[in-house]
Amino acid sequence: MMTMSEFRSLFHNGLIKQNTGLVQLLGLCPLLAISNNIVNALSLGLATMLVMAASSGAVSGVRHFVPNEIRIPVFVLIIAALVTVIDLAMNAFVHPLYLVLGIFIPLITTNCIVLARADAFAAKNHPLQSVVDAVAMGLGLTLVLVVLGAIRELAGQGTLFSGIDLVFGEAAKSLVLHVLPNYHGFLLAILPPGAFIALGLLIAANNWYKVRADRRARAALPAAA
Amino acid sequence: MTPQARLALKNALRTGVILFVFALIGTAMLAFTHDRTEPTITRGQLAEKRALLGQVLPAKLYDNDLLAAQQSVPPDDLLGTRQASALWLARRGGEFSGVVLEAIAPDGYSGDIAMLIGIDADGNVTGVRVTAHRETPGLGDYIDRAKSAWIDQFAGKSLTNPEPKHWKVAKDGGVFDARAGATITPRAVVKAVKDALDYFAQHRAAFAAPAGEAQPTKESNP
Repeated sequence: MMTMSEFRSLFHNGLIKQNTGLVQLLGLCPLLAISNNIVNALSLGLATMLVMAASSGAVSGVRHFVPNEIRIPVFVLIIAALVTVIDLAMNAFVHPLYLVLGIFIPLITTNCIVLARADAFAAKNHPLQSVVDAVAMGLGLTLVLVVLGAIRELAGQGTLFSGIDLVFGEAAKSLVLHVLPNYHGFLLAILPPGAFIALGLLIAANNWYKVRADRRARAALPAAA
Repeated sequence: MTPQARLALKNALRTGVILFVFALIGTAMLAFTHDRTEPTITRGQLAEKRALLGQVLPAKLYDNDLLAAQQSVPPDDLLGTRQASALWLARRGGEFSGVVLEAIAPDGYSGDIAMLIGIDADGNVTGVRVTAHRETPGLGDYIDRAKSAWIDQFAGKSLTNPEPKHWKVAKDGGVFDARAGATITPRAVVKAVKDALDYFAQHRAAFAAPAGEAQPTKESNP
């Protein structure tokens, strides 16, 4: 079983300290490709989280049977099989969502954050901790994806939640927020360079915040002593 | 065989067997899921295709199973195709009533624009849909029905309405409007639809031939 503090530290690790998108900079390919609006970003983030949780749980469950020499091929095999199962199941049972995410689901296999968590964490820890770690990491990635998607969508089209009707049906079309009416669009933000620029700004902001927090902590230290 | 060699061999065999077992489990998992989901997926894909065809050719125009009436035609410059493409012949009461053509506008802003074009027996366009394109998001992608209704203006048009010389975007003196900033994309689409109508005019006789008879369009290219 796991304690509350363990639980909290795993989430702190996944969301802030080792955030996939801002600190580890792993799995940038889907991050940059899909983050052109919030709906895409959120959907892919959650799908990745699901795959990570499933694969980390599975890897952790079989970790005693996998010799060290072949652990990577076995992990890749597990991840690829799980992704394919999810891909087929989504195609069959939630077809509209599959049409939006379809081409990106197989790409999750190649997202190195999934393998990284399997090898670095799940292979050494209990299934419960591994699943929590994967969910925390996935959540961290989703968060960055959504912020990135919001920035790019707002700057690029002046809307938020466009395309939500693709996930929830035609009725959801009224949920699209036209934040900037009569906005003519800023193409750069939607194209891939916009993803790099926005991510760079996010990383810079994150680093600035960290440096400032460090300096404050150090400044506070002598006073306390 | 030295003891070390024997140990190494034993280890290699062990890891090999373990990897094999994992591969076996993975394959079994995939086979099971595939088996369980395949009927649903196939049904979904057919329904999707049928819905797409229904968007370019109104359902009241035909009473045959459009998907079953699919034919393959050799590449043709007027269709913009470089490989064999599909067409679907519609019939009502056994009479030829229309066709859906697969066409490609090869001169889009960033490569091919794949389209489905529905044409009724009199040579009027019943609908056009872009099925695949790589036009610039937010600029040239308004040809996509999911982005705007621009593509709807083709419905009802034919080679006599407007006259061939007006089968152009407004900027070039034609009747089809195009948005400022992206003329190359609609120009390519307009030309492709016009070419498809020309193709239809050339092959109409073959399309209208009673079902089961020779289809010259099919055998003209080995």
